[in-house]
Amino acid sequence: MEGTFKKGRLIGLLLLLLLAFLLDISIGSIKIPLGEVFRILFSFRSDNTTWQFIVEKIRIPKACTAVLAGCGLSVSGLQMQTLFRNPLADPSVLGVTAGANLGVATIMLAGGGTATLFAIKELGFSGSWLITGASCTGAAGIMLLVLILSGRLNSNVMMLIIGIMIGSITLSAVSVWQYLSAPELVKDYLLWTFGSLGGVTGSQLLILSLVVVTGLVIAFISSKMLDALLLGENYARSMGLTTKRARVIIICSTSLLAGGITAFCGPIGFIGIAVPHIARSLCNTSSHRILIPACCLAGSVLMLLCDVAAQLPGFQTVLPINIITALIGAPLVIWIILHKNNLRAFG
Amino acid sequence: MSSDLTLLETRDLQTGYLSGSRKTVITAGPLGLEIQAGQLICLLGPNGAGKSTLLRTLAGLQPSLKGSVEIEGESTKRLTPAQLAKKVSLVLTDRIASSNLTVYSLVALGRYPYSSWLGILNEADKAAIQWAISMAGIESLVHRKVHTLSDGESQKVMLARALSQDTPILMLDEPTAHLDLPSRIQLMRLLHRLARQTRKGILLSTHELDLALQVAGEVWLLQSGGQLYRGAPEDLVLNGVFEAAFVKEGIVYDKAAGAFIIHSGNTIPITLSGEGAAAFWTQRALQRQGFVVNMQGESSYSVHVSEAYGSISWRLEGGGQTQIYDSIGALLKVLRFREK
Repeated sequence: MEGTFKKGRLIGLLLLLLLAFLLDISIGSIKIPLGEVFRILFSFRSDNTTWQFIVEKIRIPKACTAVLAGCGLSVSGLQMQTLFRNPLADPSVLGVTAGANLGVATIMLAGGGTATLFAIKELGFSGSWLITGASCTGAAGIMLLVLILSGRLNSNVMMLIIGIMIGSITLSAVSVWQYLSAPELVKDYLLWTFGSLGGVTGSQLLILSLVVVTGLVIAFISSKMLDALLLGENYARSMGLTTKRARVIIICSTSLLAGGITAFCGPIGFIGIAVPHIARSLCNTSSHRILIPACCLAGSVLMLLCDVAAQLPGFQTVLPINIITALIGAPLVIWIILHKNNLRAFG
Repeated sequence: MSSDLTLLETRDLQTGYLSGSRKTVITAGPLGLEIQAGQLICLLGPNGAGKSTLLRTLAGLQPSLKGSVEIEGESTKRLTPAQLAKKVSLVLTDRIASSNLTVYSLVALGRYPYSSWLGILNEADKAAIQWAISMAGIESLVHRKVHTLSDGESQKVMLARALSQDTPILMLDEPTAHLDLPSRIQLMRLLHRLARQTRKGILLSTHELDLALQVAGEVWLLQSGGQLYRGAPEDLVLNGVFEAAFVKEGIVYDKAAGAFIIHSGNTIPITLSGEGAAAFWTQRALQRQGFVVNMQGESSYSVHVSEAYGSISWRLEGGGQTQIYDSIGALLKVLRFREK
């Protein structure tokens, strides 16, 4: 009976996801009626070729990116909260997002700035690929460092502290760089840190989805380990879990998810903290076999709604996604705390 | 030495931990220990003697510094964590802080070593969980959330989780800490019954000396220096090991009374006569007041306890006066005054 109830909520979330997806495609600087969106989606044809172009080339990739980012960030947030038994943990605690920041800062603020950028562009790279590549490299570098350290350490608490320290070092390196750079370059970098779901199209979207799906599959495989870790490392080990191996698997998955998404969309905050709490209170369970899909659904819905809100209906401007996620995410978490009262003892 | 019933055996075991970079701190050893099927063993010792370290080493959570631990004939070093989890289950002092976890899910986690890669439970798993729940007597708690449990309930739930892990050996690290007296007695009684009925070897560390002496088939007394005395609790009391162990800690253990002497250094003699519970409790009150209580002979003061028609009276003689009191409290009040 309890099972069907949970399934009911998951199906409800799935319907909500479809609705949010359509809404996200329909709303923008040019509003496209929902009926037309349907027609373009299912018959790939429209009388209005401009609308068709917008939907196919801009809105669908953007909505897909939102779904991928929503899934990935929420699931890696859930993993971090369970691994570190800390309700405030999110994908950034391991310093992977800071690594992506460093990569991007390196490219954008590099000495001579635009000149180097121009030179590299001449070699046949497009600007966005370059930034993505740099950001991936940065994230992967930090991820390797964290993985090597995690194999040596005996406790997850130490891992948490070291992850946060690595993140701080990396970010302060970026700050030093910013301080010493020309204001125009800093502005470019700052714009990147606002995050954007828009720039990911074509082959980039393909790569992002490959990375995110791989990360999610690993996360789902690790769900039994995460369940055991709910009781803490000692109990987990007494039940037969090899804690170091589990930690490496979980960190691998989180790094792929958080690193990949930050590389393509910029740092997107708050989804990683907020959605796991939403999923827990919706499903009322601690089983990661259910929480991981629930996080995917809730994360996608929230991300799509944030993107809709970012369009500011009635205005031509689009607000950066990073601002909206905190604006919507923070009140949601506060509401959950006040109404559900189940963050008191975390899990 | 070992028989079919020996579940765990150690050879020249030395326990301890790495402190700092490579310095080893030896807490106990070398030890030759044994756990038999159906045996309830209490591990006693002062704080910091290394009880938890020994327990963790025996359970394979922590490597030994020297020597070996063999469980059912196999060295724990050669067992994988998954194999070990089918041999030893644990109840630790770690707190579970997880809001959405129900008691049932927590007990079900004990099936971790047996369930599929996704953690899906089959009928055998469910039967084991049900058995563990009824053994621990927590049927009424199964739908509760773990964080709403009291300390006593929580300890029983953790015991049920360990039982559902279905291992020949069960180890508990200070399971009676934070519990009130009835819960402590209930838990000890339950463990005693479990050892008999399920033929599990149960090892628990505790500070509950009185309870341990009553339920344990064997006591391991670990001292701060790392020596360990083992034997039937009564033997350890009679051959003076207990007394010697506690003298080291500056506490006197009265072999005859089976209790610790808290009030030492009494000087004023008093004679007590009377029988039964009333005399026993009067003696305790007088000792607390600073008197050396003699049951025979003459002292400057004497108290006679008598019981008639369901009421008790105390007659105090001394200093040329005789008075009768109707409660120990009234008697002590006068004695306090006379002392000065």
